[in-house]
Amino acid sequence: MKTKANHAVAICAAMVLGVAFASGRVAHAAGVTVSIACGSEGGTSYDLCVKASNQWAQKAGNQVRFITTPASSSERLALYQQWMAAQADIDVLMTDVFYPGVLEKGLVDLRPYLEDEETELFPAYLKIDMLDGKLLAMPWFAAVGVMYYRKDLLQKYHLEPPQTWAELEKDAESVQTEERAAGNPNFWGYMWQGKAYEGLTCNAVEWLASYGAGSIVALDGKVTVDNPRAVAALTMAKSWVGKISPRGVLSSEEPQTLQVFYAGNALFLRSWPYVWSVAQAPDSPLAGKVGIIPIPKGPGTDGAHAGTIGGWSLAVSKYGKHREAAIDLVKYLTSSEVQRMRFLEGALMPTRMALYEDPSVLAKEPAMKIFYDAILSASPRPSAQTGAKYNRVSSVLYTGLHQMLLGESGPQATVASIAAKLDELSDKGKDW
Amino acid sequence: MAVPEPSPGDARSQGMTLQQRRVVWAWAFMSPVLLALLAVALWPLVTTFLASLTNASISGGDGRFVGLGNFLHHGATGWGGVLASHEWWRSVGNTALFTLVTVGAETIIGMLLALVLSSRLRGSRPLRAAVLIPWAIPTVVSSEIWTWMLQQQGGILNVLMLETHLIRQPIDWLSDPSLMLPAVMMVDIWKTTPFMALLILAGLQTIPRDVYEAARIDGVGPLKTFFRVTLPLVWPAVLVAVIFRMLDALRVFDLIYVMTGAVPQTETMAVYIQSHLVGFGEIGYASAASVVMFLIMALLLVGIIWSGRKRLLGESR
Repeated sequence: MKTKANHAVAICAAMVLGVAFASGRVAHAAGVTVSIACGSEGGTSYDLCVKASNQWAQKAGNQVRFITTPASSSERLALYQQWMAAQADIDVLMTDVFYPGVLEKGLVDLRPYLEDEETELFPAYLKIDMLDGKLLAMPWFAAVGVMYYRKDLLQKYHLEPPQTWAELEKDAESVQTEERAAGNPNFWGYMWQGKAYEGLTCNAVEWLASYGAGSIVALDGKVTVDNPRAVAALTMAKSWVGKISPRGVLSSEEPQTLQVFYAGNALFLRSWPYVWSVAQAPDSPLAGKVGIIPIPKGPGTDGAHAGTIGGWSLAVSKYGKHREAAIDLVKYLTSSEVQRMRFLEGALMPTRMALYEDPSVLAKEPAMKIFYDAILSASPRPSAQTGAKYNRVSSVLYTGLHQMLLGESGPQATVASIAAKLDELSDKGKDW
Repeated sequence: MAVPEPSPGDARSQGMTLQQRRVVWAWAFMSPVLLALLAVALWPLVTTFLASLTNASISGGDGRFVGLGNFLHHGATGWGGVLASHEWWRSVGNTALFTLVTVGAETIIGMLLALVLSSRLRGSRPLRAAVLIPWAIPTVVSSEIWTWMLQQQGGILNVLMLETHLIRQPIDWLSDPSLMLPAVMMVDIWKTTPFMALLILAGLQTIPRDVYEAARIDGVGPLKTFFRVTLPLVWPAVLVAVIFRMLDALRVFDLIYVMTGAVPQTETMAVYIQSHLVGFGEIGYASAASVVMFLIMALLLVGIIWSGRKRLLGESR
């Protein structure tokens, strides 16, 4: 029996679906109609998804119905949760790295169908999409936090790309001073994403991992964020604000930080792989002036390069009506051939390791090795261990950190209060 | 022409008096509206209230009945529930401050704007249309535009003020804790003042011209005319406009969600509820918060109508 609340959710979802279906496009052919939610309209990824799905539809004699979803990842997850609660008939879902734990109950185990392809994928992605031995989603395209820098400016001041945060701070400070003296008062050393949203969580995961301060919640569920290395990492991040980063980063998401970097007003930018193709485009003012390095290491022997892992996978919903066809579509979309096409036409990073040595991929992008290494050493967000509560965990984390960065609390008090809230949320790490 | 006497069609109606028949027909004619109201207003309210008594969540199947636990309960870690939540009361405080400041400012500026627009200046007609533009832009769009304009780095507002030497350092509107709420208030005032002005303008135009003529003949100055003639006569219209705006401001969501997200400095009741309902999937708890929000707004509304009943109802008779 379902509750009233479930009915309400079902109605909400039905209304949302009505709107979404109205905007979807339909490929005409015989056979079954598979519905797929692969992003929001207008993005490169969505357009290429439509293209490849239609190719599949033609080959398989099926139809594909496209359902557009919100651009924001957390809003998309909320919509998926409503679909699951309403048992909506949608076959394929594009999932972010932290979705599988949340949607676990509603997803089909793809392992029986795709097991032979597992060895070709980055282990980091298998870890994310595999829960209790079940492959809940098939990795589709990769993203990882990386550091961009102005090659021309480092050369101008005879500096080497930094390996550690301390070096980055030093370079940022000196180049910022020099460039301002040279007549650009708006120049800043380092841009990153500090608004209270998922992006701040991604930045923070990197700070902590690069300092060897753990992953906020350990794999066994214990809350580990309150430790001296975490305090050191946050003290460092806090010191950037107003010094090498404008206070404006605290209200910035990716587009705003890119804008400052793109306008030539920043030396370093922490972002995702898509920035590379934007900066290297022929009409970009930065063409040929940008370099890319892994996220810097923290101090000492525990320091490590650790970009936060992002990216998207394709999952099959248990409530879809055409499971066989849906799995076939997922197989096709995640195939080597389609991933290569998506990289060559949309610069979307493959999840298959072999493609990073593929001649046609390397011809387009000689710097593939940097992304390859960054993904191999990437650190995940604590989504596998916190499951359905990940949204809460991330919200506690970015709200607490944002207050600290605003100057409302100190690093030690912040980690203590985050740890206390996470303990309360999980009955001291026992019940996630 | 003879109109056939309407009849509900059953034999019993024959025995009714005219008065009784009228009552029956009145209910018959009103029933579609009443049914529609039940469906779109009462039903969601009742479901929300029922959900607030359960621990329903988006991920966890059926909700179990928990009584008033979502509102207030005493557990191992002390008091819990919406009414014991520090974050909830902070968002109530934010909402109250937001409402007080924005509605106050919108009333005063709206009044000034309405006075200008009601004067017979040349070009006031196209001006009336132009003034409505901020109101006509969807809030999400204007919030996004303002977010870019308020950026500390390269935001147009900072660029303009720097170039005109109004400020020395760019202002970080959306990342200075003390400026975040004022910044969203400013955008709300920009957006909804036109609405206020238009409602007041409609009120101004119902004031007969001869009252002003009488005042002029008696030699009353313009300021005194405003306070003694215009203001009392336009007051009922202002009060209605204030009530509309207040109810709007109390449930403000989109502006704050887009411009700052759910941060303690700007989180309002609606933002708080949304993050618990959609973000965390806590249907029961968020429903309880919604019920509290509903009660707060209902009480306020009853209070205002009660204190203003003479003006709202009395004078129209």
